[in-house]
Amino acid sequence: MSTRLAQGGRLLNKGRAMEFTFNGKRLRGFEGDTLASALLANDQMLIGRSFKYHRPRGIVASGGEEPNALVGLGTGNKFEPNQRATTTELFNGLSCTSQNHWPSLEFDIGAVNSKLGRFLPAGFYYKMFIHPRPLWKHVYEPFIRRSAGLGKAPTERDEDRYEHLYAFFDVVVIGGGVAGLQAARSAAEAGAKVLVMEQTAHWGGRAPVDGGTVNGQPVDNFVDETLAALRDMPNVTLRNRMMGAGVYDHGYVLGYERVTDHQPSAPGPRHRLWRIRAGQIITATGAIERPLSFAGNDIPGVMLASAVRDYAVNYGVSAGDRTVVVTNNDDAYLTAITLKKLGLDVPAIIDARSAGGGALADEARGLGIRVETGKGVAKVKGGKRVTGVSLCNQAGEGAEIEEIACDAVAMSGGWSPVVHLWSHCGGKLVWDTAQAHFRPDVDNAPTGAKGEAFVIAAGTANGELSLAGALADGHEAGREAARRLGLKASASDAPKGDSPAEAAIEPVWMMPQGAPIKLRMKSWLDYQNDVKVSDVQLAAREGFESVEHAKRYTTLGMATDQGKLSNINGLAILSDALNQPIPQTGTTTFRPPYTPISLSAIAGEARDELFQPIRRTPIQGWHDDNGAVYEPVGQWRRPYCFTRSGEDNHAAVSREIRQTRARLGLLDASTLGKIIVKGPDAGKFLDMLYTNMMSTLKPGKCRYGLMCNENGFLMDDGVVARIDEDTFLCHTTTGGAESIHGHMEDWLQCEWWDWKVYTANVTEQYAQIAVVGPEARNVLAELTEEDISAETLPFMGWSDITLDGIPARAYRISFSGELSYEIAVAAGHGRALWDRLMEVGAKHDVMPYGTEGLHVMRAEKGFIMIGDETDGTVIPQDLNMQWAISKKKEDYLGKRAQERSHMADPTRWKLVGLETLDGSVLPDGAYATEEGVNENGQRKVQGRVTSTYYSPTLDRGIAMGLLRHGPDRMGEVIDFPKVDGTVVQARVVDPVFYDKDGEKQNV
Amino acid sequence: MSDAKSALPGARYEGFVKLREMGLQGMITLRGDLASAKLAAAVQTATGTAVPGQRQIVTEGDRAAAWMSPDELLLLVPYAEVADIIAAIETALAGEHFLAVNVSDARAMFRLEGALCRDAMAKLSPVDFSEAAFCPGDFRRSRMAQIAAAMWMPDGQSLQVICFRSVAQYAFDLLSAAAAPGSEPRLYG
Repeated sequence: MSTRLAQGGRLLNKGRAMEFTFNGKRLRGFEGDTLASALLANDQMLIGRSFKYHRPRGIVASGGEEPNALVGLGTGNKFEPNQRATTTELFNGLSCTSQNHWPSLEFDIGAVNSKLGRFLPAGFYYKMFIHPRPLWKHVYEPFIRRSAGLGKAPTERDEDRYEHLYAFFDVVVIGGGVAGLQAARSAAEAGAKVLVMEQTAHWGGRAPVDGGTVNGQPVDNFVDETLAALRDMPNVTLRNRMMGAGVYDHGYVLGYERVTDHQPSAPGPRHRLWRIRAGQIITATGAIERPLSFAGNDIPGVMLASAVRDYAVNYGVSAGDRTVVVTNNDDAYLTAITLKKLGLDVPAIIDARSAGGGALADEARGLGIRVETGKGVAKVKGGKRVTGVSLCNQAGEGAEIEEIACDAVAMSGGWSPVVHLWSHCGGKLVWDTAQAHFRPDVDNAPTGAKGEAFVIAAGTANGELSLAGALADGHEAGREAARRLGLKASASDAPKGDSPAEAAIEPVWMMPQGAPIKLRMKSWLDYQNDVKVSDVQLAAREGFESVEHAKRYTTLGMATDQGKLSNINGLAILSDALNQPIPQTGTTTFRPPYTPISLSAIAGEARDELFQPIRRTPIQGWHDDNGAVYEPVGQWRRPYCFTRSGEDNHAAVSREIRQTRARLGLLDASTLGKIIVKGPDAGKFLDMLYTNMMSTLKPGKCRYGLMCNENGFLMDDGVVARIDEDTFLCHTTTGGAESIHGHMEDWLQCEWWDWKVYTANVTEQYAQIAVVGPEARNVLAELTEEDISAETLPFMGWSDITLDGIPARAYRISFSGELSYEIAVAAGHGRALWDRLMEVGAKHDVMPYGTEGLHVMRAEKGFIMIGDETDGTVIPQDLNMQWAISKKKEDYLGKRAQERSHMADPTRWKLVGLETLDGSVLPDGAYATEEGVNENGQRKVQGRVTSTYYSPTLDRGIAMGLLRHGPDRMGEVIDFPKVDGTVVQARVVDPVFYDKDGEKQNV
Repeated sequence: MSDAKSALPGARYEGFVKLREMGLQGMITLRGDLASAKLAAAVQTATGTAVPGQRQIVTEGDRAAAWMSPDELLLLVPYAEVADIIAAIETALAGEHFLAVNVSDARAMFRLEGALCRDAMAKLSPVDFSEAAFCPGDFRRSRMAQIAAAMWMPDGQSLQVICFRSVAQYAFDLLSAAAAPGSEPRLYG
């Protein structure tokens, strides 16, 4: 059983005990514990059930690579699934639950899958569930979906806060182990501005556990001294609990800082996502120990040798009283020595190498530990925990020599450098035969825009596994980073590390090497996704030869741990099955993030009221207080209508329209785009932008214009006012303000750069209020002494006036067909003017109207709306707007496109009005059908509805639509099938339903 | 006539830095040939300053000129004087190709005050706010989370931010969240 030792635990504060619960069971740990170490201290070996076979699983590792020990952490609005116990710092009151079992962790029905293991091989789902087809949808898929995934999704809102932080450094060092710290120091000594990030709460990485000396002193001293030196340097920033999540183009690094995970009640954000620009990036990310592939290597109690050592030294926790060490390298001997020195029993070190180990092996023997060389583990005995191992010859097929009783197994298959961050942005790898791992190919680093390398791997992450090598490499990495930045590299000497010499590793990809299928089917590669040696071999036999294909077929490395333990072992097995060397098989692609980061951290502050900017007009406060029902228009929220008590939207819209047509309505038109275009070439420029002639417009006058893109399609419309000889004000649609301004600047900066034109987007400078209806002039006359008579300020004219002391510009334009003024005032006066108009208009029963009233009234007048009558495929000619296309102009944007044969095709659908015979409202977007079917067996169509409304003015449904030969078919009745199977008949009519002669607007 | 209103009159928040909306500020967009002597003279008259260099702002009393692009300046002047100053610029630059337009009401302006003001802004804008890169006199057109923003330091302890008026509430909420007590990133201070 695993337990807390009386001594040891260098990271613990034993003076501060902490309580936590696991599946409701109250347990105790200490400050400094991880959840994993605290669970082990309480003999909680069984942590969860595996994904596919529901096998009992325990803690394997001690860091971010942990595949098994995932828990649901927290409750309610703090709940988060799939949290690794090994990277969760213990805090008082922590509550967690195990995952993927039913009804309980100890007794799980799904474990029957394990017995059926040979019926669930690689690709099982693909093979099994493909036929018969209907069963997939109704039986298989729901079943698979229910059993898929490990943790459960949270059901409550996450109440924590998250944020981003933008930072800029010359050098970013990822990893605060000895190599990273030394790299930071030598880079900082050269004057570089340096950030060092360390994913755990502690500095120094593995070195303090693994031991050795630096410059003759214990390595702990070196860590302390280096940290102190770095803290004293003003150009160095140190951050722990911050993981390098990803390396991207242009020296972009994502840092994932877990600010309050370890103290959830503290103020501040839970996570902070650092978005960093770095001149040079040093990846000192260490290495991960590989498991060995022997049968039963997933039974709780089988752990990585380094993890067993970590738990003992860092947390004073033993994985078991009797730990068998099984290895193919010298490093694992350290575990045996450490345990023995702590007074624990090591029944045997099983070394697969026939020649055995070096100095450490001698030391182990000296401590009286039995060392078996050339041997392996045939299988681990036990169910929910280890009871013993079966010793065999590594060279054989697993015949048991003897059973060694034990309650933990510490395994080591060698070390793989963490090359993830090096590889994210294209760094290449080389296979190091001597050390049996992939390491960064220093000649093929990730490169920047100029082809220059911007990532340097350092220390064990660079394949320098010895303390001396890692320190020297880290030192040189910092110097190289400085040189690349144009700085003079530090002249200090590298610290001299010293640790026992190690004998060479011997690659062991299967144990024993001749393991029969029965053993291979119990030899796990990927613990989290339940992929075994036999699965990868089967995939190879079935033709999945590419490592990427084999990965997806078997799901090797596709779980939340992304195969940190399994990748190399898996591709070694694949290489062996394909009879090719490992480098030829290659690795799968390493993608960010290094370990999962919270989605909330990615969202940052963008939630609730900050989810998206909502643009507000200067008059919006009034709308808020007066029953506005909003609809989104771009990033604005515009009132759709203003409901009064007891009214629904439909009634409100009808009331607003009737009152506007009868007497007086107000519209907040502030959102309309307003762009100033000024310069000697402004007229020429607008003649190119609009289809009609703008240069002939007289100052003081307004003209409606259409704007097309270079493909001829109608993209925006609006009224242009000429302010003076050189200056125009272009109104755009609400949604078009920014894009049309950008469109103008695009042409001015990229094509007509020599034209003398300046533009300015002044949309937000003005509040604009449409004063609409027969009483419009009377109301304005009460607020101004200036002459606004029809003679002085005629239709399509504008004039600067003063309204109640507020300087204003009145444009006499109408989108409703009524007498109408659009009044522009400085935004700061907008609300005041609105309030005055409401006051003065009260005697006329003034009513504000919303966008729906606006839409209905323009439709009654047959005015088109960008986005309704246009959809990016409509040209002005389709809308019978030839009148707005100048024949005199040599060119305008879209002109040539509109002359192409398809655009000039007389059978293009054209705009008409539509009146249902029964007075009903046509469904929006409905198609007008005709006889026959097309080649796809679909009913033929000849047109469609583009706008459709109930017109309160006419008390019937009105619509506009596009119809083949439409204008030539006035009076014809056509069919519009509805989705309910019935058909609405509509008569083709003129699109102008109301005041055809325009007398009302021109009074 | 009633007085003009800024976007969020009197809005304030106190976190690890102080935030307040700055009220009405006269602003003029001036586009033209920034190398021209006539334009330089017009700027001098309007603000009492020279034409600022790239990504710079030059201040004189309650006036300033900020560099917006290779052919655009932002002139900061008292709100009440904007019309007169534009008229003066138009006279001074008569015959030149230029554009001077009042944008005072199109904007909202906020100030962050406190030793950690750089830390608060660093959460929102992809700008290097280190003292080596950003000091009083520097000016950036960038973004603040999802909106456009321009920023500068009136002094070593304050940051001033301009954004569009319609998103003033979003900007205020953003800056308040960034200044929330306990969330100090301690990157710059």
